[in-house]
Amino acid sequence: MAHAVSHPTQEHHHEPTSFWSRYIFSQDHKVIAIQYMITALIVGFVGLFLSWLMRLQLGFPGEFNFINPNNYLQFMTQHGMIMIVYLLTAALLGGFGNYLIPLMIGARDMAFPFLNMLSYWTYLASVLLLLAAFFVPGGPTGAGWTLYPPQSVLPNASPGSEWGIRLMILSLAVFVAAGTMGGLNYVTTVLQMRTRGMTLMRMPLTVWGIFIASVLALFAFPALFVGGVMLLLDNLFGTSFFIPVVNLLGKQLGREGGNPILYQHLFWYFGHPEVYIVILPAMGVISDLLATHARKPIFGYKAMVISMAAIAAIGFVVWAHHMFVSGMNPYFGFWFAIATLIIAIPSAVKTYNWLLTLWKGNLHLNTPMLFAIGFISTFIIGGLTGLFLGNVIVDVPLHDTYFVTGHFHLVMGVSAIFGIFGGLYHWFPKAVGRMYSEALGKLHFWVTFVGSYLIFFPMLGEGFLGVPRRYFSFRGIESFPDIINDLNAFITVVALIVGAAQLIFVFNLVWSVFKGRKAEANPWRATTLEWQTPTTPPPHGNWGEQLPVVYRGAYDYSLPDAPQDYVPQTVPPSEKARVRV
Amino acid sequence: MQGILLAIVLVLLIVGAVALTLSGTLWLSPLASNWGMIDNMLVITLVVTGLAFVVLNLVLAYLVWRYRARDGQKATYFAEDHKLERNLILITALGIIVMLGPGLFVYSEYIHPPREAMTVEVLAQQWRWSFRYPGADGQLGRTDPKLFAQNAFGIDVTDPAAQDDVLVTGPLHLPLNKPVVIQLRSKDVLHSFYVPEFRAKMDAVPGMVTRLWFTPTKMGTFDLLCVELCGTAHFQMRSKVIVESPKDFERWLQQQPTVAQTIKR
Ligand code: HEM
Ligand SMILES: [Cu+2]
Ligand SMILES: [Cu+2]
Repeated sequence: MAHAVSHPTQEHHHEPTSFWSRYIFSQDHKVIAIQYMITALIVGFVGLFLSWLMRLQLGFPGEFNFINPNNYLQFMTQHGMIMIVYLLTAALLGGFGNYLIPLMIGARDMAFPFLNMLSYWTYLASVLLLLAAFFVPGGPTGAGWTLYPPQSVLPNASPGSEWGIRLMILSLAVFVAAGTMGGLNYVTTVLQMRTRGMTLMRMPLTVWGIFIASVLALFAFPALFVGGVMLLLDNLFGTSFFIPVVNLLGKQLGREGGNPILYQHLFWYFGHPEVYIVILPAMGVISDLLATHARKPIFGYKAMVISMAAIAAIGFVVWAHHMFVSGMNPYFGFWFAIATLIIAIPSAVKTYNWLLTLWKGNLHLNTPMLFAIGFISTFIIGGLTGLFLGNVIVDVPLHDTYFVTGHFHLVMGVSAIFGIFGGLYHWFPKAVGRMYSEALGKLHFWVTFVGSYLIFFPMLGEGFLGVPRRYFSFRGIESFPDIINDLNAFITVVALIVGAAQLIFVFNLVWSVFKGRKAEANPWRATTLEWQTPTTPPPHGNWGEQLPVVYRGAYDYSLPDAPQDYVPQTVPPSEKARVRV
Repeated sequence: MQGILLAIVLVLLIVGAVALTLSGTLWLSPLASNWGMIDNMLVITLVVTGLAFVVLNLVLAYLVWRYRARDGQKATYFAEDHKLERNLILITALGIIVMLGPGLFVYSEYIHPPREAMTVEVLAQQWRWSFRYPGADGQLGRTDPKLFAQNAFGIDVTDPAAQDDVLVTGPLHLPLNKPVVIQLRSKDVLHSFYVPEFRAKMDAVPGMVTRLWFTPTKMGTFDLLCVELCGTAHFQMRSKVIVESPKDFERWLQQQPTVAQTIKR
């Protein structure tokens, strides 16, 4: 049930006055959110730059001599890890989670503001540790973002198998600490700090997505942490958690008794939920964008919540679909294929409901809405390709080929990024108080949307041919037709263009922070609480003297008997007409 | 304007995707093993998901075009329809059963090699493949990773069954139309055995033995690729597979030296 919050007035929230306590060591969730978001976007650009380097090699092999088989793998590993963990997870939970949870549920701040600040600084430390790997002897680890042993930890078995892997594990461990502090905060805040009238089933789907993802994170991160610690011990102290008797480069290593597959179970017990940690908040954001800009209630709100919960719950028993040909007991394949394909049902329900939300709507196709619709399309192709990989026998020929690369980029790379872009454009006016440029936003969308298809769709076809992923070069393999060389060059050119187009986005936001048109309090005429704050951007403590009181669900758009096409959550049932603008 | 454009682009994407798929330029390499059933499963999955891809994106394009904001247009309040939701779930479940049912059946074949299959051992290491045949007795001799210090295959040379084993550094020769179980071992790190034309795939894991099986159905030479990231030269960890008539295969095998001839006790 919702709680009447104990301090209805603002007296407990002293506005910080000095520059440092206001913008740097701030405990205000909005400032922390922006810190998280900016940091994540900056590392994201490092990740993007690394993808350029890989694409240059793949598209024009031999033309760029500074890229060699060693650093290709290092770029690849850092790129993958940065994108999934340090960009997507951080931006969606740390960024959107922090900004939106208190505002959307009518709280003054997070449950534990100090812990929240600590979470950001811990995250920043993990980023610095991650990037430091570029400057240590041997460079960053090149074992792939999965960090599979034995190659990740045995001396000289893969690039960066000394300092690189140690820093990577350390950085991940610190990130897990940051994520746990954040996650505890988000979960507690959602459960304890909702304002009067904000029942769970009145929460916007953004909050539901972030809430469920935070719960997932709290259960999944420990597996990564434990796996990481054991890897580190195997690397530093000669233990054999994951190392059997091996003969590396002609030498017996004197290890015995470990099992590499054990690591894979631990990793994917984290790794699979991790993809939902990323996609559930994006799904939530997209749902809110679609409803707002289609001027319609989200179709099947309850079904949306239930399917998110179902995806999350079943998501913990599907992990070994990443291990169908790993050498685990082959009978596991039956269960993990069945469970994986069952998850497709709630995922499909969400897709249908998004489409039904558009049906008979009044679609305002501004930038956030374009990205939301782009998300539906990339999620469709990404999700459907997952059915190939989940159905164990179909995975056999496709596993570890470019089909996988195409699939996960579409479903969690592009789709989740679209959630972030859409959300950023949508809430920018509230967070900054100014409008972004629609023209530049649309340009950004068109290049990114069409480009993403051109980059990643052909990869699915390469996977059908059997082209393996994580290859520095395909020269000398006779099985593949010559067309893949032209195709790879084409993909590279598009990737360079799409990468460059992200500068439009940066320019648009930076320019608009200073020069954008002043935003109204509720430019999208949205129903949810964050648009009903006394000032824009919201003040410290968010609500001024009085906390808002909620009377209705989050999606009262185009109610048949209301005079305007939206009724904010704060409007009592008797007064549909009175709207604060 | 944006609405019409987006609808057109979505339709173009569908047309492009379908055309690229049907053109066959990026299609499976010609099958050279018994795993036609895997290809059938790929095609079934492609048809079901392809249908969903086309229909859902067409619906999306239509909605965007039809309901784009225009003067005087109003949204209709419409938030729930349990019957519709139920029917959609049923259709989805049906599609899934169509893929999963036969898929699990084929998988069951895939993990149960026929009894008469011959076994060939493939040993993976950074960054090459080598091969061992059981020899006249049809039995591979005992191995132990601790013996890698003594010989390249870690063979227990005191085992009588090992004496006539045949060790080859490549290419891998296989007889046409004879089911073969590939028994995989790794000396150092993870690797994975994959010949695109055979469709089958399995990781080689140090410390354990893994298996896959297939029947080569086409004569010729094929690329054997490593498809589990195994370090710097992963992309160069390749060998060839030569599928020849059983007669040629036997003749070739006779000419290869046995363990007894090459490794001293
Ligand atoms: C324009 C944007 C992007 C391009 C051009 C790109 C390109 C690439 C390339 C070329 C690879 C290496 C393929 C290989 O050698 O196997 C790769 C791997 C990867 N990418 Fe991206 N990528 C992009 C965005 C993203 C995003 C947004 C994500 C977030 C999920 C992501 C996640 C990954 C992961 C997890 C890997 C696997 C790394 C590994 O194999 O260990 N990428 N990407
Ligand atoms: Cu998974
Ligand atoms: Cu290998």
